[in-house]
Amino acid sequence: MRSDTGKLSLILLMTPFALWIVLLIILPQAGIGYVSLQEKVGPRQYEFGFKNYMDFLGEPIYWNTLLRTAWMSILVTILALLIGFPVAYYIAKIAKKQSRAGLFLLCLIPLWVSDLVRAFGWIVLLRETGIISGALQWLGIIGEPVELLYNDMTVIIGLVYTVVLFMIVPLVSTLDGMDDALLEAGYNLGGSRFTVFRRIIVPYAMPGIVSGCIITFMLTAGSYLTPILLGGKNSSWFTEQIYNQFITRYNWEAGATFGVLLLLFTSFVVWAGLRLTGQSLATTVAKE
Amino acid sequence: MYDLESKSVTKRFGSFTAVDSVSFGVPSGSFFSILGPSGCGKTTLMRMIAGFENPSEGDILIKDRSVLNDAPNKRNVKMVFQHLALFPMMNVGENIAYGLRCRGDAKSSIGDKVKAVLDRVGLPGVEEKQVSQLSGGQKQRIAIARCMVLEPDVLLLDEPLGALDLKLREHMKIELKQLQHQFETTFLYITHDQSEALVMSDNVAVMNAGRFEQIGSPKELYDRPVSGFVAGFVGDANRWAGRIDRVSDGMARVQLEGGDVVVATSEGAGDGSSVEVFVRPEVIKIGAGPEGSTLSGKVDSLLFNGANSRVLVKTPSGKLVEVADPSGASTLAEGDEVQIHWDPKRALAFPGEAA
Repeated sequence: MRSDTGKLSLILLMTPFALWIVLLIILPQAGIGYVSLQEKVGPRQYEFGFKNYMDFLGEPIYWNTLLRTAWMSILVTILALLIGFPVAYYIAKIAKKQSRAGLFLLCLIPLWVSDLVRAFGWIVLLRETGIISGALQWLGIIGEPVELLYNDMTVIIGLVYTVVLFMIVPLVSTLDGMDDALLEAGYNLGGSRFTVFRRIIVPYAMPGIVSGCIITFMLTAGSYLTPILLGGKNSSWFTEQIYNQFITRYNWEAGATFGVLLLLFTSFVVWAGLRLTGQSLATTVAKE
Repeated sequence: MYDLESKSVTKRFGSFTAVDSVSFGVPSGSFFSILGPSGCGKTTLMRMIAGFENPSEGDILIKDRSVLNDAPNKRNVKMVFQHLALFPMMNVGENIAYGLRCRGDAKSSIGDKVKAVLDRVGLPGVEEKQVSQLSGGQKQRIAIARCMVLEPDVLLLDEPLGALDLKLREHMKIELKQLQHQFETTFLYITHDQSEALVMSDNVAVMNAGRFEQIGSPKELYDRPVSGFVAGFVGDANRWAGRIDRVSDGMARVQLEGGDVVVATSEGAGDGSSVEVFVRPEVIKIGAGPEGSTLSGKVDSLLFNGANSRVLVKTPSGKLVEVADPSGASTLAEGDEVQIHWDPKRALAFPGEAA
C-alpha cells in the first residue's frame, strides 16, 4: 500500500517533467536533426544526406559567424565572471545578514523588465541622439554627436548586462556555503590575501563558477534580441543566421542544420571548458 | 619565559565589553586552558591572539615581542578551529603542505615534512586521502598536524573536541595531551567543558563575563576555588544559599534557606552577608558527624554511573544533596533515613549572587 502511494507520487511528480523534456526538448531537437539531413533535390522532393552540412562548411561566412559568436560569447562569459564574482562575494560574505536578501533582490530587478524593453533602454542611452552622446556634447567633451550603437563593444556590454545575473546567482549560493573559518584558517596558516583567494576561495567556488559560466555562455550564444538590436546589421550573430534561414529565406533545411550545429558547437565549447579547468559536470551539479 | 603573554587586554564591541582587562602568561611548552561558559569572551580572546580581532586596549606578546601590528598571516601562532576548517578541495597532503607552501619552503623539503608530521600524529601514508574519507578523530589529528608542521610558537585550539562524540572525546583528551608532550609546543586550549580543561592542562584560567576569575593548576581550582563561580563551574558541587550568622577563625556559621545550619570555610564574607555554600559530592560521607556538618534526610534516589555513582538525599527542608558513592555499592535503598556528614574545612562559602 505504502509503496503504491510512493510510486503514484513519483509518477505524478515525474510526468510533467518527462512531458516537458520529451515534448519540448527531445522531440523538436530530433525533428530539427531530421530536417537538417534532408537534401532538397527538387520542389517538394527530398533525399537523405549531409549536403546541408557541406554547404555550411563550404561557405566561410557561415562558419565564421559561428566562430565569432562563440568567441564573443566566451568573452562575455569571462567579463560576466569578472564582474559577477566580486558582486557575489560581497553579497555572500561581506554584506550583513539582514541586507543580503535586499541586495539579492536588487540583482533580480532587471528581470522584471522584458529583454526587449531593456535592450531599448540601451538604445535610448547610446544612439546618436541619445542621452550619453547628448551629455558628452553638453559637457563639451565632443564636438558632434557620436553613434555608440552598432559595434561589437556595445553588443558585448549589452550581453554582459543581460546575463551577469545568471552568473551571480550560482556564485552566491556556492560562496554562501563557505565557512568563514576556511578563510581564517587560510590566513592563519600564513596565506596572503592572494593565496587565500587563489587556493581557497576560487577552488571552493569552482562548482558555482562552472555552472555560472555554462549558463551564461549558453544564454549568450543562443541570444537573439540583444545582438540584433544593439549590433544591428554588423552583429553577425549566429542566431540571426538561423532566423534568416527559417524566416527570410524559408530554407528550413539550412536553418535546421545551423540549429544543430549551434547546439553541437556550444556543447563542444562547454565540454572543452570543463576539460581545461579539470571539472566534471557532476561536481557542478552536486557538491561533494 | 613566557611564549604567550597578554597584558590587560580589553575588547569592546560598541558598549559591550567582551574581554575585560585580561592578563596572563603561558610558560614555554605548557598546556594552558581557558575555561568558561559560552559567551564569556574566550573565543574573542583567542581571535585577538590569532589576529582576527584587534584589542581595544592592552598588548599581546609572543616570545616577548608585541604582535599587535602583525597581520594574522605574519604571526607564528597557528589555530585549530572549532570545526577544524580543513580545506575540502585539497587532499590531506595538500592541506598540510598549504602552510609550508605559503611560507615558501623548497618544494623538495615539503614532501618530507608532510610525511614526518603525519608519522608523528600516527597517520602515516594518508597524504592522498580526501578529507571526507577521514573519521572525526583522524580529521582532528590532521588539523593539528597542519598547524604543527609549521612549528608555531603557540598552538591555539578552539574547542576542537566539541563536535566529536563522547567516547572519542574522552580518547582525544588523552591523545591531545600526548601530542602536546611530543611536540613540546605551547598549547592554548579553549573550552567550556571543565573535564577537558582539568584533564589536559598544566594551568587553567576560569573566565566569566570577560574576566579571569582564577588562574591555577587544575588541582588548585578544584580544591581551592577563589569564587563561587569557580567552585560551581569546575567540578560538581552541592550548592546551598544562606546567610552568615557569625564568623570565627575563618569558619562561618551559615543559616541555610530552609532552616539548616552548617559551618563552612569562608574568606572575606562578614556577618549577615548572604553566601552560597559549596560542598563537593565526594566530600560527603554517609553517617553522622559533628554538629554543623551533618544533615539528615531520606534517600531520594540512587543514580548508578559506575565510578561516578551518586546517592541523592532529600533533606526535610527539600534540598537535594548529591553524595558520591564511588563503588555504587552502598546498601542504601530508596526511602531509607540517613545522616550525611563532611569535613567542615571542605565546605566553602562564597558571597552569593542573590540569597
